Amino acid sequence: MLKTILSNVKEFKKDSIITPLMMIFEVILETIIPLMMASIIDNGVEKGDVNHIFKMGGYMVIAAALSLITGLLGGKYAASASTGLARNLRQTMFEKIQSYSFANIDKYSTAGLITRLTTDVTNVQHAYQMILRMFVRSPATLIFAMAMAFTINSKLACIYLVAVIILSIILGFALTRVAKYFANVFKKYDDLNASVQENISAIRVVKAYVREDHEKSKFRKASDNVYKLFLKAENLTILASPIMQITVYTCVLLISWLGAKMIVQDSMTTGQLMSLLTYCMNILMSLMMLSMIFVMISMSYAGAQRIAEVINETPAIQNPENPDFEIRDGSVEFKDVSFRYDSGENEPVLSDINIKINSGETVGIIGGTGSSKSTLISLISRLYDATGGEVLVGGKNVKKYDLEALRNNVSVVLQKNVLFSGTILENLRWGDENASEEECKEACRLACADEFIEKLPEKYNTFIEQGGTNVSGGQRQRLCIARALLKKPKILILDDSTSAVDTATDAKIREAFATKIPDTTKIIIAQRISSVQHADKIIVMENGKINGFGTHDELVRNNDIYRDVYESQTSGSGDFDENRGEA
Amino acid sequence: MAQNKPMQGPRGRMRGPKPKVKNPGKLLKRLLSYVFKNYKLHSIAVFICIVIGVLASVQGTMFLQTLIDEYISPLIGAENPDFTPLAKAILRVACFYLIGAASAYIQGRLMVLITQGTLKSLRDDMFVHMESLPIKYFDTHAHGDIMSIYTNDIDTLRQMISQSIPQLINSVFTIVSVFYCMVTISVPLTAVSIVMVVVMLFCAKNLAGKSGKYFVKQQKDLGKVNGYIEEMMEGQKVVKVFCHEKKNIDEFNELNNSLFDSANNATKFANVLGPVNAQLGNMSYVLCAIVGGILVSYTGLTVGGLASFLTFNKSFSMPINQVSQQFNSIVMALAGCERVFGLLDEKPEADEGYVTLVRAKKVDGKIVETQERTGMWAWKHEHQADGTVDYIELTGNVVFDDVDFGYNEDKIVLHNVDMYAEPGQKIAFVGSTGAGKTTITNLINRFYDIQDGKIRYDGININKIKKYDLRRSLGIVLQDTHLFTDTIMENIRYGKLDATDEEVIAAAKLANADGFIRHLPDGYNTILTGDGTNLSQGQRQLLAIARAAVADPPVLILDEATSSIDTRTEKIVQTGMDNLMRGRTTFVIAHRLSTVKNSDCIMVLEQGRIIERGTHDQLLEQQGKYYQLYTGNSIKN
Repeated sequence: MLKTILSNVKEFKKDSIITPLMMIFEVILETIIPLMMASIIDNGVEKGDVNHIFKMGGYMVIAAALSLITGLLGGKYAASASTGLARNLRQTMFEKIQSYSFANIDKYSTAGLITRLTTDVTNVQHAYQMILRMFVRSPATLIFAMAMAFTINSKLACIYLVAVIILSIILGFALTRVAKYFANVFKKYDDLNASVQENISAIRVVKAYVREDHEKSKFRKASDNVYKLFLKAENLTILASPIMQITVYTCVLLISWLGAKMIVQDSMTTGQLMSLLTYCMNILMSLMMLSMIFVMISMSYAGAQRIAEVINETPAIQNPENPDFEIRDGSVEFKDVSFRYDSGENEPVLSDINIKINSGETVGIIGGTGSSKSTLISLISRLYDATGGEVLVGGKNVKKYDLEALRNNVSVVLQKNVLFSGTILENLRWGDENASEEECKEACRLACADEFIEKLPEKYNTFIEQGGTNVSGGQRQRLCIARALLKKPKILILDDSTSAVDTATDAKIREAFATKIPDTTKIIIAQRISSVQHADKIIVMENGKINGFGTHDELVRNNDIYRDVYESQTSGSGDFDENRGEA
Repeated sequence: MAQNKPMQGPRGRMRGPKPKVKNPGKLLKRLLSYVFKNYKLHSIAVFICIVIGVLASVQGTMFLQTLIDEYISPLIGAENPDFTPLAKAILRVACFYLIGAASAYIQGRLMVLITQGTLKSLRDDMFVHMESLPIKYFDTHAHGDIMSIYTNDIDTLRQMISQSIPQLINSVFTIVSVFYCMVTISVPLTAVSIVMVVVMLFCAKNLAGKSGKYFVKQQKDLGKVNGYIEEMMEGQKVVKVFCHEKKNIDEFNELNNSLFDSANNATKFANVLGPVNAQLGNMSYVLCAIVGGILVSYTGLTVGGLASFLTFNKSFSMPINQVSQQFNSIVMALAGCERVFGLLDEKPEADEGYVTLVRAKKVDGKIVETQERTGMWAWKHEHQADGTVDYIELTGNVVFDDVDFGYNEDKIVLHNVDMYAEPGQKIAFVGSTGAGKTTITNLINRFYDIQDGKIRYDGININKIKKYDLRRSLGIVLQDTHLFTDTIMENIRYGKLDATDEEVIAAAKLANADGFIRHLPDGYNTILTGDGTNLSQGQRQLLAIARAAVADPPVLILDEATSSIDTRTEKIVQTGMDNLMRGRTTFVIAHRLSTVKNSDCIMVLEQGRIIERGTHDQLLEQQGKYYQLYTGNSIKN
């Protein structure tokens, strides 16, 4: 895991090495400065030697200047190293995700991927900077300050040694427990916020059923729980401050007492006493810092792990070694195909699929929810790989083709389709980057999208909001069809892509397909019989198996499911939805 | 000396752009008075603890002066040094320290209590208040924005209450008391210190300004990158289908690189502030030492005095740095505070209704109120004029009388809607998206109030009915199904909290949901998470129907309740639905013929007006809009 993360430091290796080096220099200087301060008091102030004060003051100014430079450089390189790592991690992850197959994408939820790319990366960035700056610095401070204390007076310095050991045991003990507590608290806290989220989106249900009071008492209970957990965790945390104070104070007093005796016995100077007292703070504060760093690291550890998981995922579908780029025609054949999402366990989602579709045919697919219609068609362009049997396109196993060539020739309009923020033209050109405006318009005419686009104030330059929220469902579907058409595919697959388009327009689109792109194989999944009734062949799916395959007339005669659906939708159509007031 | 510094929370936090707050003073006052409301004594105690802590720590520093001057120097060279005065002094200081540490601990405990308690009551208040807000609030505010009040804004407030404010008080006291001590030791040296502090503040201000500028840019870039990530992750499957991966990577790298630039700069300037101030502090030390050394030689300043002064010099610049660093986070927290109080100040849903729903029974043909579960309900109408009480039986008669409505006053979306539904009738609405179908159902339960006209429920103007009682009498199945994180059993029970398990299962059977529920690993005890993402859209709709069934209301509103159920399953559900609708006034919005066809009356809506009405056969005969929608043919002129 660590290796995965660190391999992303790349060009910022130099920065990542310089930062801790600078920190060490800074620490050395910081340790020397109190010595100079002591000398100012001992040899300057006490002896009334103003020249010595000047001389030492001069040294101190130089030391401070050097310390400033190292501090500045350290800060600069720490910034570029940590933000650079964040950039590289984002880039690596993003590129990796682009190589994911549908199966990989399904494994992580969309929200999960977003969190990894945003919050987790930010946390790792902060932790990395902390490590570069403090992870070396704190122990260095501790060691140097300790060493100095020992050179000044080894007997008194032993007090620090004891204090450090005691304090680190207490802190170590407390912090591991605190970290555990907090992990628990934050989980509960996130749950609480999730329930708020749930309430906001379901507010209509809450209000419709007059469940405000019910929700309030539910929330109060959860919030009280969180409150108590927070109290428990925080109360443990705040112990650190008085413990730290008591340790520091004890050290100060012990050193004052013993130091005074030594001074009187002439085995130490007052200046040295002062320096010793200064190191006290340095030593114990750095110990405190160190313990905080451990907490930080353990907090970001989970995030780092999640990031590594994304980076180390193997794409389930990869390009074959000597791929074919030429796809002969739009014929599709399924030979004994079966499919399951999780190899091994569950029931197969598809089984015993044997179909042959000739190039240029129009094929309808009908079946209830969960009958695996979408799964069936996603095998054609290798969105998923069949777990058993063979899928052939243009007479060749799809696994032999170059992925990009295959997908460019098999254009799928997904059921859950998305438009991206950008103009209509830009969205259309996803299908073909180099399509001329005229070609785009032609595709829109085929998909019956031109009629509404022409009515928009900015026509083809209308800006589509993220997710296409500013066009209606039916308009979105037609744009998606036009986008898919621009690929000029050999096989066009519509997965329930006209469900929000009214019957008349739906018929017009089918009509256009038949006359304008007769050579393209068209596979249409639909709920409405009217959308598939005129197809050359119709597949009836049921529980992952083919229940019927034939023309409309044949199926009405001999397929129970088909006849059922047909009868429930008599008179050609059963949908009133989406006429969008344009007619 | 040991600074009274509470440990920072382990959660890293991005500093955002400096937001503008309209009236920071007023907000701060309001926040403080909110805190004081519940924790007055605690707050005073904390204040006292802070003062004691500061005094103890100053006392400790002062001790260094006396240590050298009064206890150590006189002993030097003495034949039989007497250490008792020193021992006594150390013991005395130890007491001070102990008091200081104790007060730090007490302060910590109290602060945790105050902070967490205040945050809890803020959260509770916010949630309770939010539940009372009208639907309009939720329709006009992005849900993400509302959420961020609960998460981000409350988090910044935690920081502010638990750390910024106490530290500010602490710093002010430290500065004042240290300043006092410094002045008593040496006025000229104090002047030197002050000059250096001014220089430090100047540098801090400049650097903070520079870094602030980059932080704003970083925040903006981060927003862009996150937005892009969100959009592309949502559309990842489409990206694959269109082989758009390479182009995406290029676009992403561009955004990612510009984020790197601004983040790098912002972090750099923020990192630099620390060392600059630290070294300026050292310079101040040197200057004071030099000036002090001269003063010791030529004036009455003692060595111990100078030593203490030098220590004070350090504890003087530290809190000043802290205050200047706290300033940014306080401004940020106030912006959060503004949003929190903004939510609390939103006007709750008004309810002037006084007609209530009561259980009733008939005695000698007259309706009287009862506690028994008679299955009969009545509206209790207390006439305000003469104080008499009328009972009207709840039957489910709904009348729209010339209703106008607009979500905004100036944009009317429903015009002159007239409609009546007899008890037990099924009324259907059809029409294109945006025709106003859902809007009509929003008016019956008063999610929104009408601009003009009247809606009567069993002859009573619905404005007179208490909203709670009105909604209790209506069952709604919405277009988007929302489920709660809980078991399936509890989710169905949501319709009627005191329903028995048997009632719930009966309702599930009615909705034809029983079958799939039993197939789930834990059956009715399966826990749904994240709005029931583990179920298919159709299954979720079945649960929503079951939920309405268990509520058993006299009036049902079904808004595309079966849109995601495939036609075959719908046919199976249909019997359940028919059972559910029997004897109830039902309003149905649907685009499927099967759902609409057998309605008592079908209303065709277009652009907020009812353009056709009648039964299925009548409408077909008219060959109007309904005919056109239904057959998919254009109107033949």
